[in-house]
Amino acid sequence: MAQNQDKRKTGLSQPRNIATLLSVLVPGLGQFYNRRILKGFIFLIVAVSFLVATWDYLDIGIWGLFTLGTIPREHHSIQLLLQGLISLIVLFFGIIVYIYNIRDARKDAIAREEGRKKPTLLKGMLDFYDGGFPYFMIIPGLIMLVFIVVLPLLFMLALAFTDYNQYNAPPRNLLSWVGFDNFVDLVNIGVWKDTFFSVFTWTIVWTVVATTLQIVLGFFLALLVNDKRVKFKRTIRTVLILPWAVPAFVSILIFSALFNPTFGAINRDILSQFEIMIPWLSDPFWAKIALIMIQTWLGFPFVFALFTGVLQSVPADMYEAADVDGGSRWQKLRHITLPHVLYATAPLLIMQYAGNFNNFNIIYLFNEGNPAVRGQNAGGTDILISWVYKLTFETNNYNMAAAITIIMGLLVMGFAFFQFRKTAAFKEEGRY
Amino acid sequence: MAMKRKTKSKIEVAFIYIFFLIMFVIIGYPLFWAVMMSVNPGTNMLVTDLFPDSPTLEHYKWLFTDPNSDYLLWYKNSLFVAVLNAVGSVVITSLIAYAFSRYKFIGRKYGLYMFLLLQMFPALMGMVALYILLNTIGLTDSLWGLLLIYLGVQIPFNAWLVKGYFDTIPKELDEAAKIDGAGHLRIFWTIMLPLAKPILAVVALFNFMAPFMDFLLPRIVLTSPENYTLALGLYNFINDQFSTNFTRFAAGAILIALPIALVFLVLQRYLISGLTSGATKG
Repeated sequence: MAQNQDKRKTGLSQPRNIATLLSVLVPGLGQFYNRRILKGFIFLIVAVSFLVATWDYLDIGIWGLFTLGTIPREHHSIQLLLQGLISLIVLFFGIIVYIYNIRDARKDAIAREEGRKKPTLLKGMLDFYDGGFPYFMIIPGLIMLVFIVVLPLLFMLALAFTDYNQYNAPPRNLLSWVGFDNFVDLVNIGVWKDTFFSVFTWTIVWTVVATTLQIVLGFFLALLVNDKRVKFKRTIRTVLILPWAVPAFVSILIFSALFNPTFGAINRDILSQFEIMIPWLSDPFWAKIALIMIQTWLGFPFVFALFTGVLQSVPADMYEAADVDGGSRWQKLRHITLPHVLYATAPLLIMQYAGNFNNFNIIYLFNEGNPAVRGQNAGGTDILISWVYKLTFETNNYNMAAAITIIMGLLVMGFAFFQFRKTAAFKEEGRY
Repeated sequence: MAMKRKTKSKIEVAFIYIFFLIMFVIIGYPLFWAVMMSVNPGTNMLVTDLFPDSPTLEHYKWLFTDPNSDYLLWYKNSLFVAVLNAVGSVVITSLIAYAFSRYKFIGRKYGLYMFLLLQMFPALMGMVALYILLNTIGLTDSLWGLLLIYLGVQIPFNAWLVKGYFDTIPKELDEAAKIDGAGHLRIFWTIMLPLAKPILAVVALFNFMAPFMDFLLPRIVLTSPENYTLALGLYNFINDQFSTNFTRFAAGAILIALPIALVFLVLQRYLISGLTSGATKG
């Protein structure tokens, strides 16, 4: 018996290899060879209908992706690009089914070689249901995710390497692939270079300062409320969470009016007592200060609420042990509270930084990124994402907007990297 | 010595309360100011007062009764998108989360990483493409198009959140049910969903509130005023002539902010526990 099997394991004539090969050639053929007729038919029908239904679309799509069209006014480069990307995605899923077909044929052939009985029709369908169940659950969401989130990102990625802008736009003109020209322009051409570096610097400063302030304030307040001597904890917590509960766009627009130099209450009612007038909206420096203060106001309650929850989970005996050892309050904070709290919340805190990095709402609603700055095509308070918005919807510099989006994407990947590491650390911890 | 420590402690507590008081003023002042603006007569911001001589509800009345006001229509639009968004997102994300939490399958690990990564890419990054896509399927300037985008964009974050919560439900429960002969869907329906109610409530709430608070997506997708959602409509009150319609904006904004803030404050406990258990143990 053992000898017999050894003999069978060699050569192309072995059933598993024949089945695999047949399924590579024509999906379903290997299944026929395995005497799994119904399954073979299903694979064959799926394969044929896939090819019939999508062939033309894929053909034009892939051609369009490479050429972006050849006849101006007749070929619409943007639609071709989109069709090309959709074709890639469809092709990707088609290939997955194709591979599944090959593996399935091989698996059944091996089962036959080993002399296992062919499962009944019902059993076969149940197996398919069991094995495929997680995929059925995911498919509706996956399709939405692919077309609503992933496809647009791929599209932006592609745009960054084209020459699509206000003056060169379909259907009047054809687009073409320009390689890394847009990125080179971004750091070489005067006005782009100046704008890019000042917006970039402000984005980083904004992300770091505003987020850190809201975390520090939230942490400090959580510590104070957690103090045993403080009464009315519930009321205090509720009030402190209020800025989170009010929709952000409402609060930002209220602040925008409050800071308005002509009728805003801050200059008119408060600062006028001290005979000070601050140009909150027209001076970039003061506009930035105002933005950071507003974001701190908006953002600290989330951190506060988060820390309040975590602080209650710090084991009390750790503090008692520290008291016995004569630890000072500062030492307890530094060596017990802080590590515990930060470790438990790190992924969410990283998300806070990523959130402010992309915080379009506050920048745009407060002052639309203004005031304007001489010699730049972005406003004084514009961060990268609001600049991209302006380039896209106001000046139609799609290619540059896309290039900047890619740079933002790379930075976001940095955040994501930290996130992965922190999350991985948690999985390790969960094992003990 | 004991006396001294006691007085020191008392002074400390006093300082803590003073700090809270300052925070209360900083938090309360802008909100209070907006409320007072909404009861100021007229629309000229230059003559508004924090305490107007003759407070009036004319702006509230205008929103509901004036033939030029689309406020109720916007409310209806927002409600429509919000309800479907809440229901749809719970269905889609709980299905995904169940698969990722309970099954081993090819691509699971990469799927999880993809969710984490995509969370950080705001929808705005792909806005141009989204607009062209909606255009090709004829859903620009349509609430359905808006809804579709909301449903897709929320997946990475919420699927992650719900999956984290599902992970905390003991596996023994569904294994026992499996031995009793319960199928995949039955376990999902009778064991997972009831136990995951808190986090599903959080997801529903988040996605119910999003259409009321978001103004960017509607601004890009919707063009005709009869399709506006509340946030976009209100923004346009003050967008054109900022100083002249702020009082009206304040009135409209308060009517959105009040219910949302109340629901939020009532449910915040669940929100926090859901966030910490879902997101940190992912």
